Amino acid sequence: MMVADHTPIGRFLETLGAWLLGLIWMLPLLYAAWTAFHPAIYATHFAPLAPLTLANITSAWQAAPFTRYLLNTVMLVTLILAAQFVLCTLAAFAFARLTFPGRDLLFAVVLLQLMVMPDVLLVENYRTLVHLHLADTILAIALPYLGSAFGIFLLRQTFLTIPQPLDDAARLEGCGLLARLWRVYVPLAKPTYIAYGLVSVSYHWNNFLWPLVITNSVTTRPLTVGLAVFATTDQGIDWSIVTAATLMTSAPLLVAFLLFQRQFVQSFMRAGIR
Amino acid sequence: MAGMRRETIHAYLLLLPAIVLLVAFTHWPAIATLIDSLYATPHGSRPAPFVGADNYLALMDDPVFWQALRNNAWYAVATIPASIILALLMALAVNEALPGRAVLRMAYFLPTMLPMIAVANIWMFFYTPDYGLFDRIIAVFGGGRHNWLGDASTALPAMIAVAVWKEAGFFMIFYLAALQTMPADLREAAALEGSSRWNYFRRVTLPLLMPTSLFVMVNAVINAFRVIDHIVVMTRGGPDNATTLLLYYVYEAGFRFWDTAAAATATVVLLAIMALAAAFQFGVLGRRVHYR
Repeated sequence: MMVADHTPIGRFLETLGAWLLGLIWMLPLLYAAWTAFHPAIYATHFAPLAPLTLANITSAWQAAPFTRYLLNTVMLVTLILAAQFVLCTLAAFAFARLTFPGRDLLFAVVLLQLMVMPDVLLVENYRTLVHLHLADTILAIALPYLGSAFGIFLLRQTFLTIPQPLDDAARLEGCGLLARLWRVYVPLAKPTYIAYGLVSVSYHWNNFLWPLVITNSVTTRPLTVGLAVFATTDQGIDWSIVTAATLMTSAPLLVAFLLFQRQFVQSFMRAGIR
Repeated sequence: MAGMRRETIHAYLLLLPAIVLLVAFTHWPAIATLIDSLYATPHGSRPAPFVGADNYLALMDDPVFWQALRNNAWYAVATIPASIILALLMALAVNEALPGRAVLRMAYFLPTMLPMIAVANIWMFFYTPDYGLFDRIIAVFGGGRHNWLGDASTALPAMIAVAVWKEAGFFMIFYLAALQTMPADLREAAALEGSSRWNYFRRVTLPLLMPTSLFVMVNAVINAFRVIDHIVVMTRGGPDNATTLLLYYVYEAGFRFWDTAAAATATVVLLAIMALAAAFQFGVLGRRVHYR
């Protein structure tokens, strides 16, 4: 595909290849959408004029407490995002603009988390949260992710690029440390907050294994775990309903992505640049 | 002097909440895992006895652990290059002025936005014997029924396909970012010299993308050992442990058999692998990170 020079035929083959790959990549989602919006008999056979239906969606929605799961997920991602913003901002500012003994060592300690993520430490973290009598709470799902090395790193890099004279000017006007942080640094780092926020929300909206381990009831389960419980225990092999539930749980994020595609893609890019 | 002390106190106060949480849920559990791997699994209220290397010896004797390690190695060896090469091809494609470029970019990236568990549900349907997409395509070519997830020889490749589909678009983003910062005059100069596109790609583009490739690779390695959502939902490590990956082994030991000693010991192995990936990133990648 790349061997071809810029001849019309080479170009055509290139476009064809790209689209073929794109079709393969879209196929699973198109198939899922087809199954979710058609009666069950069409799930396994394709007929262009098959009647559309919303019945699968409504029966999936009624078959399990998805409204509650959705609420849990929204509470979870909001809690995580709010706490991460505050904690990472404070820490990033200290690392970027204050001098104190042990700064480099502490920063290295923080960065370790980029490699060893809490996801692989689930057995010990489960034990800690049971000791704290927090198991099966939304706070317990959130806690291991609140101190985020990734967020601290990202914000520190941004704060470092903010001109020192701006900070000095605010200081001369009598602003204290937190006032300078709030009035100078936070507003100028807005794109980084958006980028980090989108990455964090998509990560925690989709996170599965840790919530699966630490939750055990309808009032705490996020959508992902609720979907897994629903798909494995309640449904057997009614694919139309399982697929409808699957699309339903992913829909909010997918719709947000389709609406703000540019911001999402740029945020992921920005977040990956480190 | 007094001013500097105040700055130090301020700094520590600002850092305190984040560091406490980081240490409590990342550093401390990592160390606790190491300690736990030297003790037997506690029963009831009796404290666990110190057993030294016994847990490690037991792990060495467990054929399932070795199979998990082997499976994970194959899984990594297949998913990492496949998703990286596809990611690069995707990025090169949508970096050109192709018709429908925006739609293509969306198609490639969309799986990244789906929860792995949703992806697993969709692909499970694909792999269903007789009715699933795969069997239907094969039937067109005269093939017969195949139980993709139930057959030990196809279950792991089936998991690999899911992971590649989910991940390639994510890595594409980083290649795309790097390609877009590449100076256009390089390309013009190469065109003037009559260099073929393949040559240009091999001699200019690929070397310039090297830091991105290393970054993506480290992420791919971590993901190959960190993400097991699809295993939990689609195969539960089966059939006959054919799809048991290392973290799934830990998950089963810890939460199905409640054997915390075995879980801790296997986690240490997992941590060692991640430490190697980290050492690789800091050692090889070092200061060569060029971004911005």
